[in-house]
Amino acid sequence: MTAIDLLALLPLLLVAATSVAVMLAAAVRRNHAVALGLTLAGLAAVFCSLFFIHPRHVTVLLVMDRYALFFMGLIVAASFVVALLAYAYLEKREDNHEEFYILLLVATLGSMVLSASTHFASLFLGLEILSVALYALISYLHERALPVEAGIKYLVLAAVSAGFLLFGIALLYADLGTMDFARIAQLLATKADLDLTLLLPGVALIVTGIGFKLALVPFHLWTPDVYEGAPAPVTAFVATVSKGGMFALLLRYFNQSGFGHGFAPVFLMFSIIAIASMFAGNLLALLQNNVKRILAYSSIAHMGYLLVAFQVGGPMGTSAVLFYLVAYFVMTLGAFGVVTVLSERHRDADLLEDYRGLFWRRPALALAFTAMLLSLAGIPLTAGFLGKFYIVAAGASVGAWSLILILVITSVIGLFYYLRIVVTLYAQPTASDPAHEPIPRRAPAATLVLAVLTVILVWLGVYPAPLLVAIRAAIGSIV
Amino acid sequence: MILLWLIVVLLASGVLAWLAARSNPLWCRWISLAAVSIDFVLVLALWGRNLTVSLARTNDWFEQVDWSWIPQFGIHFHLAMDGLSLLLVLLTLFLGIVSVLASWTEITKGVGFFHFNLLWILAGIIGVFLALDLFLFYFAWELMLVPMYFLIAIWGHERRVYAATKFFLFTQLSGLLMLVAILALYFAHQRVTGVYTFEYADLLGTPLDPHTAMWIMLGFFIAFAVKLPMVPFHTWLADAHTEAPTAGSVILAGLLLKTGAYGLIRFAVPLFPGAAREFAPVAMTLAVVGILYGAILAFAQTDLKRLVAYTSISHLGFVLLGIYAANTIALQGALMTMICHGISTGALFVVAGALQDRMHTREMGAMGGLWDTVPRLSGVALFFALASLGLPGLGDFIGEFLVLLGTYRVNVTMAAVAATGVLAATFYALRLVQRAFQGPNTHKWQLPDLALREGLMLGVMIASLLWLGLYPQPVFHMFAQAANQFPALWR
Repeated sequence: MTAIDLLALLPLLLVAATSVAVMLAAAVRRNHAVALGLTLAGLAAVFCSLFFIHPRHVTVLLVMDRYALFFMGLIVAASFVVALLAYAYLEKREDNHEEFYILLLVATLGSMVLSASTHFASLFLGLEILSVALYALISYLHERALPVEAGIKYLVLAAVSAGFLLFGIALLYADLGTMDFARIAQLLATKADLDLTLLLPGVALIVTGIGFKLALVPFHLWTPDVYEGAPAPVTAFVATVSKGGMFALLLRYFNQSGFGHGFAPVFLMFSIIAIASMFAGNLLALLQNNVKRILAYSSIAHMGYLLVAFQVGGPMGTSAVLFYLVAYFVMTLGAFGVVTVLSERHRDADLLEDYRGLFWRRPALALAFTAMLLSLAGIPLTAGFLGKFYIVAAGASVGAWSLILILVITSVIGLFYYLRIVVTLYAQPTASDPAHEPIPRRAPAATLVLAVLTVILVWLGVYPAPLLVAIRAAIGSIV
Repeated sequence: MILLWLIVVLLASGVLAWLAARSNPLWCRWISLAAVSIDFVLVLALWGRNLTVSLARTNDWFEQVDWSWIPQFGIHFHLAMDGLSLLLVLLTLFLGIVSVLASWTEITKGVGFFHFNLLWILAGIIGVFLALDLFLFYFAWELMLVPMYFLIAIWGHERRVYAATKFFLFTQLSGLLMLVAILALYFAHQRVTGVYTFEYADLLGTPLDPHTAMWIMLGFFIAFAVKLPMVPFHTWLADAHTEAPTAGSVILAGLLLKTGAYGLIRFAVPLFPGAAREFAPVAMTLAVVGILYGAILAFAQTDLKRLVAYTSISHLGFVLLGIYAANTIALQGALMTMICHGISTGALFVVAGALQDRMHTREMGAMGGLWDTVPRLSGVALFFALASLGLPGLGDFIGEFLVLLGTYRVNVTMAAVAATGVLAATFYALRLVQRAFQGPNTHKWQLPDLALREGLMLGVMIASLLWLGLYPQPVFHMFAQAANQFPALWR
């Protein structure tokens, strides 16, 4: 470790330092606004620092290349948004507020480590930093039943899946004698007599661990319950930052280690997972009446779409994944942001009924939500449309017609439940409607964030060229 | 540049109208009316400038804008206008004015958002008629859906949510298939030439093996056939038309259906001439089936709007037949039918809307003898019913006659069977008039007759149908460019 190495790690160090600073500040005097201010300042500093990092390997564990920096930027920006959304949400609630930001920063750190790791040790380290913070975040409102239930569910399943992951890593290590991605790739390419009996189960177990975090079918069972139980800002975090870091790792691992494309069984496994996720996510969402659960299933489907592009690989597929992830971040944060803003003191606004006629009471909020939902459905003028276009284009470029056809069919099924929410937003309020009176505006910061997210959503949907340039630069180091 | 302005004016005044409605709904209506009228005048001016366009000109555009949009994919913002798109844009704006006027008293709730949606639909439709970059075309194609969905889902009648959702799902699924087809063509073109482009002119004549060409063509065809609508993809139509507010029905029947026909003429046939030729018998058969099936279904309806909706299936069958007959006369007929059907069916929906506004029902069983109480409205309805059944002297007759003439040269049987569709039209049109307007006024209706606004609007529509029926030459002249080169495309 030299000074230059440490300098390259500056973003990670800054996030860690910010969490310590928030903790110390809370130890001296509890003040919600100060905690938020420190968090935002820290995250902003981290974001700025990303532009000054020169790409380099830092030990065998981490690499700070453009790809990692791209994802770190995305993750930090998302955490920034979550922190802003959380402020008004927590302010309404009884618990201590300051620890939330410490946990948020730690989880962000974990996700950032994931996106930079080139070694199983750092993978596991990042994963655990992320997961442990998430257990606490999910059950943050610890005097209520639902969050605690969700937290325990997540804890048990995450621990089991981490066990699977470790076992998979061990099998791979036993076979190849290394945990370094680049070295694995080398061995796979050169070693003549590969022993697949250990290798394939190893990969399958690793995919299990990753699939759990990404909520891919059949490892998705925790998703609706945790999404529903966790406080709305935390749900937004789980859906974006946690999955984003993991997807970054998945892409890097399979691109660098060469498992994805040379190995037919692995390819087949991902195809099946993608198809199952698209179908299960979209079909099960049809049955829900709870907005958070609908969004949970929809996120499963979106991970399925991402896997389609992931399998295409190459510059086209990889940049499609990155673009779609950015779009997914924006629209998911926006959708849960609306849920957060509308949530009452005693419960989250998660029933479809809470949204009935919202347009006639709070048109701006309803429009933002509509934009997010239409983007999730892939309708033009939004980032989601271009993302889906990109994925279909990537699929078409290699002639993966069956996957594309399934994507098309399932996204039409998906449209149905998005429209259900949209229709509810615009339903004419009846006189007997209890929520007839306008909801008072209490969250200026969160409202502002939603406005910004909507603008970004439309901007990416209409003029994506700058982002595409950034993505081309970012994927240079992994494909 | 003017083409861009056509769209920008609509988009911007949509937002403006919405904001204005907060202070006074009336401003919002006037802003919308002004915006559509400005565009209308602009396009009329364009027509005037190109009146004497030489018939020998081929593939030459009156106006163009072409900017790079997403260079990474070779996507351009490319709008262009020829005679074909000029008249369709003109029709769009004409019916746009009608829609704004028809909603003047009908829409009272959420006026601002209504007009926002209305103007954005018009912008999307104009985008469809002008786009020459396939990505941009798809973009506009999808863009017109969302506001239309809102129009039906918020301001529609009893079963509006069902109808709106069905409409959206049908068009979205078929649209996505078209997207896949566009991308397949894009990559096929790249494999041959090494260039990534969505540009229409470049993609024309992409060498494809017949099997691939057929699949890609079908992707386009399904999207357009659903919009048209062609039997068996028509089931969304009756619900959407019936449940939509008057303006929505006018735009759906008058314009959205035409985007399907336009897509066939502009894209599905020229891009894949071989596959289209092979497919023509199937398309023509389905067209004839649609003509008769639509007419028979229309005859069986008791709901006024539903009846008119089913007649659209029948009339658009003629359009489909005219396109796939693949000769100049039939195509001229198809284009004429598109214009006249837009006006006459639009007017019938306005009449139906006016009746519903006064009687709060669309059931013809509850009507009868309305001539006694609303003579002017009834007379107008009779006129448009006659136009719809193809009375000589009115525009619809010209269109359908030419389609039959053109088809006769290709396939006598088809022409003969399709001609019975004109006969069937007589039944449903006269039945409509008899049940609703003639006979004794058994329900003792006392209703206000046409207001000045409605009278003027319908009067202009009557005048334009008469003009199209008696002196259609300027319209044919405008279409000539597209129609004259059309047969050559198939070879």
